[in-house]
Amino acid sequence: MDETATGTKTEPTGGEAGDGGTRAGRLVRGPGLLLVWLYGVMSVGAVSRSVYQIATEFEHAPLAYALSAVAALVYAFITYTLVRGGETARKAALLCCAAELVGVLTVGTWTLAEPSAFPDATVWSDYGMGYLFIPVLLPVTGILWLRKARR
Amino acid sequence: MLVALTVAVSVAALALAAWCGFAALRDQPTKDWHFIGMAVVSALALVQLVIGITQLARGEKPDQGSVIFVSYLIGALLAVPMAGFLSLAERTRWGSTTVAAGAVVLAVLEVRLHDIWGG
Repeated sequence: MDETATGTKTEPTGGEAGDGGTRAGRLVRGPGLLLVWLYGVMSVGAVSRSVYQIATEFEHAPLAYALSAVAALVYAFITYTLVRGGETARKAALLCCAAELVGVLTVGTWTLAEPSAFPDATVWSDYGMGYLFIPVLLPVTGILWLRKARR
Repeated sequence: MLVALTVAVSVAALALAAWCGFAALRDQPTKDWHFIGMAVVSALALVQLVIGITQLARGEKPDQGSVIFVSYLIGALLAVPMAGFLSLAERTRWGSTTVAAGAVVLAVLEVRLHDIWGG
């Protein structure tokens, strides 16, 4: 068991910097795996939540549910670009993470400043408090990782 | 019955998270024993899904609706196995970290399940 452990510990990017192979553009490696997992979870959660809410009770809180749907689309798109990999995808994901961060901060501030506009919570309410603040932490880690993965 | 299972799954999930988090701290990938642990946790989640659906079939109603209840049960069943599959492809500490994160997600889902059922 220890042999496999040490054998696979070699830096996955070590020998590939020069050959520019397809693996070089992979974003799902090392910390990127954790990132894609969390984005995947958020996508599934946000997409199914907003589909359900918009289908059954949209009139109850149109603004909140519309914003949740936007968040869901952003999460799904970032998950897709991370899995796809490559330089273009990396840039697109970086852009979306920035947009996501702006969205979380805007909606977070908005919900605190004017709670009456939101009869029900969005994914990004109170900076994502209902989701353990993952919505605000995720884009920051995402941006850090995507910048590091540049080559 | 359902409450007992929810507690059992939560505790097992947190234990798995701690175990895999420990492996990640020691810079180790997930190993056979971790996968057995994931299988145990997933089996518990499967039992929970079956019992939950049985309760619904017997006419009991969750506070926040059956659709949400069943979606969360399915999500709870999938969380750990999905993270486990990802960790098979990433034989580094980050594979272990991902499984630990998956187990934490499961524990959170259990708390939500408890609210949804209205226990």
